[in-house]
This record gives sequence, structure tokens and C-alpha cells, in this order.
Amino acid sequence: MAQSALLNASILKKVAMALSGIFLITFLALHVTLNFISIISEDVFNTASHFMGYNPLIQFVMQPILAFGVIFHFIMGFILTAQNRAARPIAYANYNGAANASWSSRNMIISGLVILAFLGLHFYDFWFPEVAYKYIAGTEPDATRYYGELVHKFHDPIRTGLYCISFILLGFHLWHGFASSLQSVGMHNKYSRFLAKVGYWFAVVVPAAFVIIALFHHFNQ
Amino acid sequence: MALDSKIPNGPIADKWTNYKDHINLVNPANKRNLDIIIVGTGLAGGSAAATLAELGYNVKAFCFQDSPRRAHSIAAQGGINAAKNYKGDGDSVYRLFYDTVKGGDYRAREANVHRLAEVSANIIDQCVAQGVPLAREYGGLLDNRSFGGTLVSRTFYAQGQTGQQLLLGAYSAMNRQIGRGKVKMYNRHEMLDLVIVDGKARGIIARNLITGEIERHSAHAVVIGSGGYGNVFFLSTNAMGSNATAAWKIHKKGAFFANPCYTQIHPTCIPVSGDHQSKLTLMSESLRNDGRIWVPAKLEDAQAIREGKKKATDLSEEERDYFLERRYPAFGNLVPRDVASRAAKERCDAGFGVNKTGEAVYLDFAAAIKRYGTEAAYVKGLDANDAALVTKLGTEIVKSKYGNLFQMYLKIVDEDPYVTPMMIYPAVHYTMGGTWVDYNLMTTIPGCFSIGESNFSDHGANRLGASALMQGLADGYFVLPYTIGDYLAPDIKMGPISTDLPEFVEAEKNVKELIDKFINNKGTHSVDHFHKKLGKIMWDKVGMARNEKGLNEAIEEIAALREEFYKDVKVPGTANEFNQELEKAIRVADFLELGELFAKDALHRNESCGGHFREEYQTEEGEALRDDENFAYVAAWEYKGKPSDAVLHKEPLVYENIKLVQRSYK
Amino acid sequence: MKLTLKIWRQKNAQDKGGIVDYPIDGIEPDMSFLEMLDVLNEKLINKGEEPVAFDHDCREGICGMCSLFINGEAHGPDRGVTTCQLHMRMFKDGDTIFIEPFRAKAFPVIKDLVVDRSSFDRIQHAGGFISVNTSGNTIDANTIPINKADADKSFDAAACIGCGACVATCKNSSAMLFVGAKVSQYALLPQGKVEATERVLNMVHQMDLEGFGNCTNTGACEVECPKGISLENIARMNREYLAASLKG
Repeated sequence: MAQSALLNASILKKVAMALSGIFLITFLALHVTLNFISIISEDVFNTASHFMGYNPLIQFVMQPILAFGVIFHFIMGFILTAQNRAARPIAYANYNGAANASWSSRNMIISGLVILAFLGLHFYDFWFPEVAYKYIAGTEPDATRYYGELVHKFHDPIRTGLYCISFILLGFHLWHGFASSLQSVGMHNKYSRFLAKVGYWFAVVVPAAFVIIALFHHFNQ
Repeated sequence: MALDSKIPNGPIADKWTNYKDHINLVNPANKRNLDIIIVGTGLAGGSAAATLAELGYNVKAFCFQDSPRRAHSIAAQGGINAAKNYKGDGDSVYRLFYDTVKGGDYRAREANVHRLAEVSANIIDQCVAQGVPLAREYGGLLDNRSFGGTLVSRTFYAQGQTGQQLLLGAYSAMNRQIGRGKVKMYNRHEMLDLVIVDGKARGIIARNLITGEIERHSAHAVVIGSGGYGNVFFLSTNAMGSNATAAWKIHKKGAFFANPCYTQIHPTCIPVSGDHQSKLTLMSESLRNDGRIWVPAKLEDAQAIREGKKKATDLSEEERDYFLERRYPAFGNLVPRDVASRAAKERCDAGFGVNKTGEAVYLDFAAAIKRYGTEAAYVKGLDANDAALVTKLGTEIVKSKYGNLFQMYLKIVDEDPYVTPMMIYPAVHYTMGGTWVDYNLMTTIPGCFSIGESNFSDHGANRLGASALMQGLADGYFVLPYTIGDYLAPDIKMGPISTDLPEFVEAEKNVKELIDKFINNKGTHSVDHFHKKLGKIMWDKVGMARNEKGLNEAIEEIAALREEFYKDVKVPGTANEFNQELEKAIRVADFLELGELFAKDALHRNESCGGHFREEYQTEEGEALRDDENFAYVAAWEYKGKPSDAVLHKEPLVYENIKLVQRSYK
Repeated sequence: MKLTLKIWRQKNAQDKGGIVDYPIDGIEPDMSFLEMLDVLNEKLINKGEEPVAFDHDCREGICGMCSLFINGEAHGPDRGVTTCQLHMRMFKDGDTIFIEPFRAKAFPVIKDLVVDRSSFDRIQHAGGFISVNTSGNTIDANTIPINKADADKSFDAAACIGCGACVATCKNSSAMLFVGAKVSQYALLPQGKVEATERVLNMVHQMDLEGFGNCTNTGACEVECPKGISLENIARMNREYLAASLKG
């Protein structure tokens, strides 16, 4: 079999999807930990944020990798979804998907699109101002500004609401995505069953933590 | 024409080896120049296609289903016999040979059966090498179970899906050859005629069932592996599409049809539930390993059960009649199928039947559940006197053995067989009769072979359980590949056969005329209407018990029904499209002829043997009474225009190695 | 029972097709679903209409010929059964029942409810076998002991009847359960390990060529599979495939 065929192989695409997903999950774990600090201590949060914002390894190595992971996961998701749609040109008149599969597993594209939209908002809120601040305006580093900026963003109830909805959809995405990625890379045994349980907890705890952080800052103004 | 069975000379144990040592062989380069058509892709056809292609022949295989994997061999449940003697319980080639001849009520050809027993062990090796997941013991070696009519454990199995696994094995071997281009597969094609050129089978006419196109296919030899004709009864355990058309078309072209009256009625099937019934479902014979068959001992209890006033579980042990154990203490519930079926019918006819129609007996697993449960409790060090625990443990074990069958029963009958006994009744299952073939598996038409259930050869008047799979694979993997080479050796320089020969043109014209006749008939009744009528005549008068009067009536009624069919059948749609009613019409037309020959054969055989039971010929205890002096022969019928004109040819059955005695399982 | 059937009718592969309503009466709960369709067809023939074409053969749940997407589910609402084993007692008097063909690009409709599943065959031609000659000159079957657990798992995978319910059910029309089962059956046995690398690469390649969708692990196939083939087989195939691609 030709190598080009191998690159197009459905299973490898799925594995790539799973691996990028697992990578993004580790990033989420880091992100939620950092944010949670904001509830506990303003100073620690500022210090940690400053480190993340100015460490060259994180800025110039980790951040591009992360960006690639995000973009790859989305583009691959779109490609696979388009292929999957094309695999059934004539739809069923009556299709009872709920009879045999969970909502979250059937609607990864919807939860994914919501997360994509959220990312747009999130970049508009934090990443673009950050880039403008650091690299365009060239403003001097200020290690104490982060907490204030965070609290400020959660002042608006609509934005806070949008964030919370997105986090819930993220929960659905993770609920299926975590266990699914294990299956895609070929894990199906007592360890994967244990890991899947961890995944279900993760899918509940992490988005819940994000929601709590958002609500905490919104009501704690 | 005298029938020549071409049995090789010499002692029976050496015949096959000597034969193989002296036949003509075709060299590998020449095999490439020879085409073989195989009709049917079950165990026999599929294994033959794979093996012949592997040897180098160009194979064209035909099946009416959408994939070769769907052939009805797939439905065989219980197992496959092989004289491996892995259990060390005294099995041997001779014993398998002896059991098969005796089980067939001494109406099979000795040399063929011995060959079958010889190659049986190799089948298991072959299948395991192919990746067929046969059941294993904890030590990793193959497991066996017992089947009816034998005193050894020689049946290999894959849960209740042995036929499926063996067929998928043959199918995988075919796939390998299809992938290499050595087998060309024609799915959704039905053979509608045989083409004979200069006295030899040289091709077929087939209909593409998707487009309706009539196609000509030529070859140097034609192999029919199209299965049995049980569907002549309409209701049987056969698949809806199982048909006799290929076998009957070659019969009409000159192949003799042997022993059509030998039909196996399987004792353990789910009883008929109503007029809408389209087919019957078998419950594997393996269930008789653990199930006990009974009816109420008292008529009033049977009556009460039929009326729903009593349940099976209400009856104490003394109120039950385990009639097989009573009549046949040595073999008990594991008597051969014909014996078990007749015994069940006898009890039901006497008024002891247990379902609404009075045509059912119980198959009870309570004793097995208790036995296994007690053993399991003992092994696990639990209290073997705790009835609930024993039932729970026993149920688990029975489930692991027969789970899929119990599930099937539950879905169809809506009663839980772990709790209440199953109800079963005999149903048509297998046809021992079929195209007459010689030792080479060749019919009376040179170049036309018949293998598996479609031939008559190995099972005599009754087939033992787990022997059909054995025969199908033996014919396809190990017998035909030798014998067909011997036949084809003179043809190596012939080159491809043109399909423009006048014989092809003529055959195609006849097929088209028949199809047009059906399409333009515009009658008033559907094909099924006639098929059901035929089935009723067959079951009532040519079924489990036959008599002269009934058979004479059946012959007349079937002939009349056939006439009515051609006048009044209604086939909607057109010839040039996917048309399932047309497919059925062509098949039923053949059944309507075959059914009459069937009755004629049953009428002429003035004895009872195996699956053929004539009420006039029975012992005082109601057992089958053979007449070896006058009927120890194969009845091979020659077609002469219509079934009533068929001419009988006799192949005497000579028993040199086995003494003919009355079959006893007491 | 009185029912309203909404059945997909399509004259041939080129025809556009559509749903047609058929009221039907006199259906008994003991009938199988296909016997109910037999009754309908008998009525249609007697009225001079064309009967509904549908695939079926053994009618005992083993040949895999019957299909049908009934009320939004492959093989209907019951579990662990094929359409031919589905009984009318699963429905209520007055029900409306949608009956559609199995739908996938790789399963084009031939007529009405009959589809072409030869894509499954082609996947098997690509590697669904162990390359052993059928001449009978093999080693004794008991020469290689096989761990019972592996043999049983191999059997469970081999129980697949190739009906296509997994594809029909999957929102992506993926054939991974079918292919995974076949790959697993052989991968679990010592006889099959010899050519495991080639097999999984070739079968998956053919699967991709046929136009099936990708597996997104919704698990719907496992639920609807009449033979209860486990998702574990898909994971095993993924594993086998990864290992095979790394070997090159």
C-alpha cells in the first residue's frame, strides 16, 4: 500500500484527532488550575500569569504548539465531519439517534463550534489585547495588572453568561471526547475503563470550575 | 441406461487412496486453461470454489444471495462430526463410517460413506488453520459434544453457530481467491438452465437478479452445490430462498434424481404458531444433550395444559412421560432424528400434545440446570442444598452452552425457556435425496457434478446430526478437487468454449419464454398461494407418515395444482428488473414437479426406512420396517417430460463391510 | 392490530424514490416483522400493485440478509435481533411505522428496501482471510493450543453476520465495527498473527475507498448490532493499524 494512502487513512486521522484532543485536555487542566488561583490569591495569580506571559519557552515554543493543536483539532474536525456527512447522501426520514448514543457523542460538531465561537470571544477579550500590549505597543511589563483585567472582564453579565454556556458545552465535548480519544488510539481494557471514568469526572469538574470562577468574579465585583 | 457407480475395487479402507493414486492429473499450466462453473456457495460450493481456484482452475461461482456468505449452510447450529478421537472414547474412522451407515438405515453407499469418514478428521485441521474459532477447553485444546445416534463424543462446535463459522471459513478461502482474480463471483444470479454440448455439460444460463438480464456462461465443467429441496413443503427450517431449481434443471436435462422421498424431519423445532407462518426455526439437536423430552402421562393433564388450566411445571415427575427415555433406554433423548420425530408425532397423535394446536412436546432443561448447578456449587464450595442458588448457578451454565438458542426461542415464543420447558415439534429440515452421483460425484450428465446436500450420496435414508457440514466440506475441499481433475484431464487442449453455440442460444430462448409466460400470465393468485397449497399437500400426505392412499391422492393433487398454477399464477412487474415474485414463480414451478416425483418415489418404496415412514410397513412396536430383500437399492429417476412418466433406475446397494440388521437404539 | 406503514419505495437505483403510506389491518402480535410485510405484499399483489421489495433469507437471524431501518433504528426497536426476529408484539395497535432501507453511500439502493452491500465483500477480498491452502495438508488441529479466553473473544468477533446494521445506524455511516470484528477474529488467533500487518492495512484501505465515514466512537453500532459485537474490536483494530503503520 502506498504511503500517501496511509496518510489519508481514516484511522490515522482519527488518531491525530484523539492525540490533539488529549493535548488540549492537558492544556485545559493547566488553564483551569491557573484561573482557580484567582479565587484564592490575587498575588499568586498575578505572579503565575506574568510568568506565563513573559517566559520565552512558553511564549515562543509552547504557545505556537498550542495554537497549532487548536487549529489542527478544528480543521480536522471539520474535514472529518464533512466526510462523514458525505458518507450518507440521502438522509433518513426518521432517525432515532437518541435510542443508541448519547447527545454529546452525536453532537461533537455543535459543542465544538460553540467552543470555537467562544475562543473567538476569548481571544478578543484576552489574547489580542495581550499581544497589542506586549508586542505592538511595546508597553513595559507590569506584573500586577492581570487580576484586575480578569475581574473587569467578568463585570458584564452577558459576557459572563456566554462564558458559562460555552463551559457547559465544553463539558459535553469533554464527556465524549476524553473516552473517545482512548478508544481511537486503541485503548480498551481495564485501564482505559478507569481512565474513562477519570475523564467523566474531568468533563464535569473542569467546566464547573471555569463556571465557578466566572460567577465568582462576576458577583464579587 | 445402466447406472455405474464407479466404485473403485479393493478393500474399503484402501479404495480412496488407491483411487487417488491412479487418477489422471492436470498439470498446473493446463489448469489455467480450464473453466469451472459452481452454482451455490454454501459449505460445498464455497469450499469447492476456493480449492479449485487455488489449484489453478478458473472458477465462476454463482449465488442468488447478495453475498456467498449468506448461503443457508450458515444456519447450521450444532456442530460437525470428525473421527478425531480426541476424547479417547473409542472413536475411529470405522466407527464414524458404521454410525453413518446405520444412522442412514442402511440405504447409503458404503464406499462414499467410508471416504467421508476418512477425510473428516482433516476438515477440522483445515478449518482451524483457516482461523475458524471452534470451541476450546481451558487447556486450549478443542472441545467436543455428543450428537444423536452415536455413543461417542465426536462433534466439534462453535457455540450454536458452527455452520456460520465453517461457512465464513470457506468464504474467507474464497475471498482470498476472489482477491487474486481466480474466482469470479456472480452474486444475485440464479442459474435457470444447464447447457449441454456434444453430450457434456458446458455451461449455464443465469439470470442477473438485479437487472433481469439473461446471461450465458460457459465452462468445461459445471458443479451444482445448490442445497436441498426442503422448501417443497413451504414450511421448513430452510431459508426462504432455498430452492431446487438448479438441481431440477439438470434433472430435466438428464441427471437422474435419487431417493427424493428421503427427507429429514427434525424433531426439535419451534412449533407453528399460525397461518401467517413463513418458516420454521430449528432448535439445535445439541439441546438434546441436556434437554429431556416429555409429554404429560395422563390425557386429562395434556387437555388441561392445552386449555391453559395447567402449566408444565405443575406436573410432578410421576405425571410426566419421558417417552424417548422410556422407549429407547440405551440412547434416550439422543436417538436419531427420524426416531425422535416419529415418537413425538405418535404421542401428539394420541392426544398428548401440549400447545394450542396439540402439536408440540416439551423439551425440559430443569434437570440439567439442577445437575450443573449442584456441580458448580460443589466446585465453588457453596451450599449444594440451596435450591435457589443451584438454579442460579445451573442457569448460568446452561446459558453459556445454549444462550443464543434460548434467546432465539424467547424472541419467537415470548416464553422464558430457563423457567418453563420449551415446546418443540418436528419440522422438515434436510433432504437426503438429491441428484444421483457416482463415486466421482458426477451426475449422469458427463461434466455435471453435484456436491453437498444437492446430491444423494452419503446419508442414506436418514442423516445423523452434525454430518451435513462434514459432507459439504468433504465434497468441496477434499473429494471434488480430485475427481473433477480426472474428468477434465482430456479437455486440456480444448480452449475456451463459445457462448454463441446453438445450444446456448436454444437454452436462453427457452428460459426467456418461461419468464415471459409468467409475466404475461396475469392470473389471480400470488406465487405464495400455490406454494402454501403445495406445502400443505406435502406435509399432510407425504410428510412424517405416509400411506398408499394418501400418496396416490398427493400425486393427483400436485399435478392438478401445477396445472392451475400455470393457468392462474400472477406475477407482477416485468422481466427486466429486480423482481422477487418472478424469482419465486420460477422456483415454485420446479417444486411443483419435484413434489410429484417425491410422492411417486415414496409410493413405490414399499418399506419404511429412515426418514421415509410408510404406515403399512412398521413393526409391532411402531418402528420402521425395512425390506432389504426388495428395496436395498438407490431409486434414481430419469426425467421423461413429466414426473408421472419418470423412469426408475436401480443402483443396488451392496454391503460388504457392514451387516444389515434392524436398527435398534433401545 | 391496525398499523400505518410509511415505506420507502424506489423503482430502481436511478429512481428518486419517496415514502408511501400503507394502512394495514389484521396483524397479529405473534407475527414476525417480515411476516407482516408478507401480508402487506400479498394484499398489494391481489390489488394489482407492485409488492415491496426487501431482502431476507434465513429468517432466523443468522444469514444477515435482512436489513430495514425501522422507526429510526436498524433492525427496529428490539435489541439483539435482526429484522426477521423482530416480532409485532414490540408494536402497539395504531402505531405508525417508518420502514426505510439501510442508508449509506457505500450501500446504494437497488430497489425499494433492497440495498447493495457488496462493499463489505470487497473489504473481505482485500484481506479477510488467512492465506492457507485448502488442500488439507495442514498440521493437526490440536497442535497449537489456543487460550480459551482468546478463542472465545475471537468467536465473539466472528459472530458478525455482515448485515450492515452498524453502518446503517452510525451517524457517520462508518463500517469500523464490521471491519474491526473481522480484523479482531484473526488478530486474536495465532494462525492469524502471521499476516496481521498486511491484513489490517489492506482491509482498512479498502474500507476507506468504499466511501464509509469515520468512526467517532458514539457506540451506536454496538447497541444496534444484532450479534452484540463489542466496541473493543474497533479499539483492537485501531491498535493493530497503528502498529502496522509504524512497521511501515
